[in-house]
Amino acid sequence: MAAAWNSLVNVLGPDLTRIVIGLVGVLGLVQINALFLVWLERKVAAHIQLRIGPKEVGPFGILQTIVDGVKLVSKELITPRHVDRKLYMLAPVAIFLPVLLSFVVIPFSETLQIRDINVGLLIIFAFSTFNVLAILMGGWASNNKYSLLGAVRSVAQNVAYEIPLLLSLLSVLLWCNSLQMSEIVESQSRVWNVFWMPIAALIYLICATAETNRAPFDIPEAESELVAGFHTEYSGMRFALFFLAEYSNMLIVAAVATTLFFGGWKSPPFLGFLPVPGLVWFFLKTYALIFGVIWIRWTFPRLRFDQLMNFCWKIMIPAALLHLVVYAGIIKFIR
Amino acid sequence: MQPILSASTLSPWEPGIFALVVYGLMVMGLVALLLFFASWLGEKKSNPEKLRPYESGVIPTGSARLRYPVPFYMVAIFFLIFDVEAAYIFAWAVSYDGLGWAGWLQISFFIFVLILGLVYIWKKGGLEWGPTAKTD
Repeated sequence: MAAAWNSLVNVLGPDLTRIVIGLVGVLGLVQINALFLVWLERKVAAHIQLRIGPKEVGPFGILQTIVDGVKLVSKELITPRHVDRKLYMLAPVAIFLPVLLSFVVIPFSETLQIRDINVGLLIIFAFSTFNVLAILMGGWASNNKYSLLGAVRSVAQNVAYEIPLLLSLLSVLLWCNSLQMSEIVESQSRVWNVFWMPIAALIYLICATAETNRAPFDIPEAESELVAGFHTEYSGMRFALFFLAEYSNMLIVAAVATTLFFGGWKSPPFLGFLPVPGLVWFFLKTYALIFGVIWIRWTFPRLRFDQLMNFCWKIMIPAALLHLVVYAGIIKFIR
Repeated sequence: MQPILSASTLSPWEPGIFALVVYGLMVMGLVALLLFFASWLGEKKSNPEKLRPYESGVIPTGSARLRYPVPFYMVAIFFLIFDVEAAYIFAWAVSYDGLGWAGWLQISFFIFVLILGLVYIWKKGGLEWGPTAKTD
């Protein structure tokens, strides 16, 4: 085993070996995360609505999504007539690729990070912007009015909410003085950032919910008016890629929130004596945040589109800008 | 001004752009494989009904390349302005520690002008959605 490991490292070099292993790990994580989250979402939704949810396949219905996945693979890949074939085929790939690339810089634990790039934070948000392109590609190419409307709405919403999102990140940057994920986590070993900048954390969480098109901001996919939004015409595996990307995006925004505001893989300060590895803390915090997002989805009704855009431009952006100025002044005052 | 150390320069590409490219290529290969399996295992029967755009059972009329409402273009333009400003503020934030109170005053003025711009487009009705009452 050790010999095989050494020869692998010799052939590929330490850099590439890390990347290859990391990719395998990330692929596993993405699949398991999506399977788990779909199950969790259905189960939580059911219990909130006083139902039971999936219960037939496996204990507590936990194998239900695996069965669904197998079904999706065996479905026909329908390409409707009059679609723009190239863009239509490219869109699911284009939405899935940047999601996987974003995982490169996320610090799952002290040592478990594929690459600790010193502009890690920027990398994540650079890749997450590709989302918009893929959505517009899919919606435009589908030759379907609902798809186009969904795509246009989704793009308008995503670009609008990206501004307060970026502005809220600046507080972290000012406080930690670094864009490197490991340093940001390291700076929170005593007090989590969320206690220093609760407003920035709140703005980030609201915008992240909007960026991932989750209710109450799920207007692009508002099934009661737009069939299924931008992926109406997609079936089988292509639809599954859109779905995978959506749930992986949720994982990414929650993981980034954990890293930036909730201490990453560090244990809560008063629980430091427990022999729990950082990885467990990281995923506990991340999934607690995701649970919150699911809870919000099944509690609040969907906003109207003009309300959604007004909320962003008239409340979130001025608030984020003012918060930045005040916060920068406070930092200057303390230091 | 102290000299910039190569270890702390803000570059994502120091050791491993090649590794990142390989990562990207592997992901692409994997997605291609997935789609290949799906198209190989799946059904391959088509009929006109199935190939028609799905609009809840209603037969589609006209082109689906709609001209979408003007506010969407406006949002795109506002986004360009504000996002570039955000990128500019990022460049400022990286070196905030060395800038002193002067740096804070300058960025405050910058953000003040930005908010003025936002108020201007707000008052001009650039942020309004839906049918406006002002149409003659």
